[in-house]
Amino acid sequence: MASFDVIILGGGPAGYICAIRSAQLGLGAAVVEQDKLGGVCVNIGCIPTKALLHSAYIASLLKESKEFGVEASGVKTDYGVAMKRSRRVSDQNSKGVEFLMKKHKITVIKGTGVVQPGKKVKVGSDVHEAKKAFVIATGSRVKGIPQIGLEINKTTVISSDEALLLERVPDSLAIIGAGAVGMEFADIFQAFGVKVTLIEALPRILPIEDAESSDTLTKSYKKRGIDVIAGATVTKATVGKDKVTLDVAAGGEKKQVTAAAALMAAGRAVNTENIGLKECGIQLTDRGFIKVDKNLQTTTPGYYAIGDVAGPPMLAHKGFREGSVVAEIIAGQKPHPIKYDNVPSVTYCHPEVASIGLTEDQCKEQKLDYVAGKFPFSANGRARGTGETEGFVKILRDKKYGEILGAHIVGAHASEMIHELAVARENEYTVEEIDLAIHAHPTMSEAIGEAALDSLGRVLHI
Amino acid sequence: MATKVHMEALSPTMEEGRLVKWTKHEGDAVKSGDTLAEVETDKAVMELVARADGQLLKVMVPEGTTVPVGNIVAWIGKPGEKVDGAGSQTAGTGSQESGAGAAKPAPAAAPARAPAPAPTAPTPVPVTAQADATRVKASPLARRIAKDVGVDLKLVEGSGPGGRVVKRDVEGGAAQSRVAAAPAPGSRLPTPSGVPYEDVPLTQIRKTIAKRLAASIGPIPHFFLTTEVDMERGAEAREALNKQLGEEGGKISFNDIIIKAVALALVQHRACNAWFQEDHIRYWNEVHIGMAVAIEDGLITPVIRNADMKSLREIAAESRELAGRARNRRLKPEEYTGATFSVSNLGMFDIDQFTAVINPPEAGIVAIGSIVAKPVAEGDRVVVRRRLRLTMSCDHRVIDGATGAVFLKTLKQMLENPLAMLL
Repeated sequence: MASFDVIILGGGPAGYICAIRSAQLGLGAAVVEQDKLGGVCVNIGCIPTKALLHSAYIASLLKESKEFGVEASGVKTDYGVAMKRSRRVSDQNSKGVEFLMKKHKITVIKGTGVVQPGKKVKVGSDVHEAKKAFVIATGSRVKGIPQIGLEINKTTVISSDEALLLERVPDSLAIIGAGAVGMEFADIFQAFGVKVTLIEALPRILPIEDAESSDTLTKSYKKRGIDVIAGATVTKATVGKDKVTLDVAAGGEKKQVTAAAALMAAGRAVNTENIGLKECGIQLTDRGFIKVDKNLQTTTPGYYAIGDVAGPPMLAHKGFREGSVVAEIIAGQKPHPIKYDNVPSVTYCHPEVASIGLTEDQCKEQKLDYVAGKFPFSANGRARGTGETEGFVKILRDKKYGEILGAHIVGAHASEMIHELAVARENEYTVEEIDLAIHAHPTMSEAIGEAALDSLGRVLHI
Repeated sequence: MATKVHMEALSPTMEEGRLVKWTKHEGDAVKSGDTLAEVETDKAVMELVARADGQLLKVMVPEGTTVPVGNIVAWIGKPGEKVDGAGSQTAGTGSQESGAGAAKPAPAAAPARAPAPAPTAPTPVPVTAQADATRVKASPLARRIAKDVGVDLKLVEGSGPGGRVVKRDVEGGAAQSRVAAAPAPGSRLPTPSGVPYEDVPLTQIRKTIAKRLAASIGPIPHFFLTTEVDMERGAEAREALNKQLGEEGGKISFNDIIIKAVALALVQHRACNAWFQEDHIRYWNEVHIGMAVAIEDGLITPVIRNADMKSLREIAAESRELAGRARNRRLKPEEYTGATFSVSNLGMFDIDQFTAVINPPEAGIVAIGSIVAKPVAEGDRVVVRRRLRLTMSCDHRVIDGATGAVFLKTLKQMLENPLAMLL
C-alpha cells in the first residue's frame, strides 16, 4: 500500500491541474486514471473538436476564396484525414499531460479506482492511501435519450465519442441538441458536405446564450444550408439499419426527419456510479452531482470533489480552477473563492459565440436597471477586411454604476476576445474603464470598446 | 535664473495649504518679504511672503487650490526671464525635484535670499506628498458605489486580493461607512429649490479637527449633550389630538411628536443635518429622519422622508407602518437608507436617558428616554411635572459643542411649546 498526501481520482482537466498545483505546494500527489490522461477534454472533447473545426473552417474558406483573389479548384474534403489529424493533436496533448505529471513527480496510477473509507482507493488489487485529502474528479460522459428510443448504438445513433472517430461522414445527419456540442458538430459536418438537420428542444438554439446570439447563429446556419428546428419535440424515433427516422413536432407542425445517422448531443451524465461514494458516506445532490460545500468538500470530511462531478457549468476551465483552488485549500492556503458567475462560455462554431455574465433576458428577469450597448462587426474595419462581418459585441451595463452585468460576442475570434471582459469583470472595471483602455486599430476588439461606448450613448463608428 | 516660490509649512503641523488669494499678480514687482498670497493652513490664514526680489513671473496655482507643502506655487525673476518647467507641475503633486531645489542656496542669477520676516514662516521645509499612505486599493466599481452611498473607502476592510476593496465590501454600504462631517455655514434650510443638498469642501481647520479628534476616540469622535424637557404641554397636546382623532384611529405617539420636532429643529439648524464625506460635508436641504427600530436580531433604521413637511398624523401612520414592516423584515433598501439624522427611543423600556451611537454618515442622533413624572422647582414651589431627557450624540467633525447645543435648545423649545411647531 502506497501513501500520498493527496490522491486524485480522475486525470481530466480538474484532476491533473489539482495534482500539479498540489505538487507545486509541496504535496505528494497521485492521480488514478483508467484511460488516457487529459480526460474527455483532451481526448474526446474540447481539443479534437477544435482541430476538426479548423479543418471545417479551411474548407469553408476555400469555397469563398475566389472573392479574395485566390481561386482553389478541385477542393475535396476527407473527414478521415481530418479525423486522424485531430487524433494526433489529442495524443500530443495527452502526452503533454503525461510529461507534466513526470515533471512534477506526480505518480500516475493506471486503472479504475474505487473510493474507500479512510481516504483510500482500491485500484485493481492495490489499495492506496491519501494522508491529507482525497479528491474525486471522475468527470462526465455523453448520454442518449433512451426514453424516446434513441439509445446510442454507435452506428446509426452515435454520440460525440463516435463522431470524433468516423473514417468517413454519413450523407446526412440529424443532430439532437443545439448546445455547444451540437452546434460545433453541425458546423463541422456541414463543412464536410453532410446534410445536417439540427434539432433543439428549447425554443432557440444555444439556449443558454443571449437570445440575440441564438438569432444570429440561426440565421447564419440557415444561410449555410443547415436545417435548424428549435422548440422541437422528437415524438418518435425509428432506428433502422442504415437510417434513422424521427417524428418531430415543432411550432404546432409535425415533420419527419430522415437521416443516415443521428448524433446525440443533448445532455451528459456524471460519473458517480460504482466508485464507492455511498460506502464513504458521500452524498449526491437532487440532480446527481456530488454535494459539496463552498470549499468543494463533500459530505465526508477529507474528501473533495471537483470538475463536472461537482456541479455545473461542466466546463474544462471551471474544472481547472476548482482543481487549483482545492489543492490550495488542502495545502492550508486560503484561496480566493471561485466566482462562478464569471466563467466564460464559448462555442467554437463559425461564427464563434462567447459570453460572460448575465444575458439580457436574465437582466430583465432579475429586474435589473440595465443598458445594452451593441456594436456590429459589419461596422468594424478589421472584420470587413477579412470578410468576417457576421456578429456583434453586446455589453449589458448597470445603469447606475456602469458595472458590466454581462457581455456577449458573436463573430470570428469571439473565443479570444471574451477575456477582455472576463478580466474587466474579475477586477470590477466598469464600461468606462473598458473605453479608457486604448484598443489597437484595426482590430476586432475595437468592437468591445465601441459596445462599451454604445452603452454610454457615445458610440463612435455607427 | 528665476526663483521658485514654494508652498511653505506655515504652521508646525501643516501638510498642505489652500491658496486663498494672490495679493500680488503676474507682472507685479516684488521685494523679498512682500506678501505674495494668503494661505489657509490647518490653523489659520497666513501670509506667504517673497524670498527674492524681482517680478512675479508666473503664478502656478489658481486661487482656491489646496497645495501640498513643498510644491511650487509661483516663480520670481527678472522681467522677461524664462521659467523652466512652468506649467509642468500640477497642483497637488508632491515633488522631490521641488524639495531638492528648495534646499539648495539660491542660484547666482537670483538675488540673495532675505531672512524670513514673518516669524510664523520658518524656512521652507519641503514635505513629500504622502499620497501612498492614504492610497486605497479599490476596484473602480467599488469606488463608484462608495462615492454614491457615502462610504469612506479608507475605513472599509477589503475582501479582494491583497485587501482590495470590491463591490461586496461597499454594497448596501452606508452601514459600513465610518464617516462624519464639520460645522456648517448656512443656518436654516433654504427654501425648496429641488437641490437636495449642498457639498461644502472641508476647510483646513475642519480637516485638522476631523483628523485629531478621530485619532483620539476612533473613527467618529462622538460627544454628548443632554437636556431635560418638560413634556406637560406636549402630553396635553397629544391627548387632545388623539381625542380629536377618536375612532378614526391612528393615534399619535410621543415618538411621532419628537420626530416632527427634531425635523423642524433641523430646518432651523442645517449644521446638524449633514453627512461627513471624507473631504467635504454634505449639508442636506431635505430632512429625512431615521427611526431606530428593534428587530429580532438587531436593529434597523427606517426613514421618514421629508419629515419636516409631514403632518403628525402622516408621521404617525408612516412610522407605524415602517416599524411593522421592519419587524417583518419587509423593508426595501431605499426605505432604510438615506436618513440625514436619526432618533432612537428606549423610553418604553423605562430608560431615563442613554447615549445612542451615530449611524454614519449622519452627524447626529437623538436618544429619547422615558417620560417620567417627577418633582421639579417652579419658581419657589415644587411641582410634579412629566419630564423627558434627550441626549444628542454629535459627530464632532461636523457638529461642534455650541452648534449641537443651539439645535438642542430649539428642539427643547419646540417640545415644551408644541404650538411652536405650527409656526
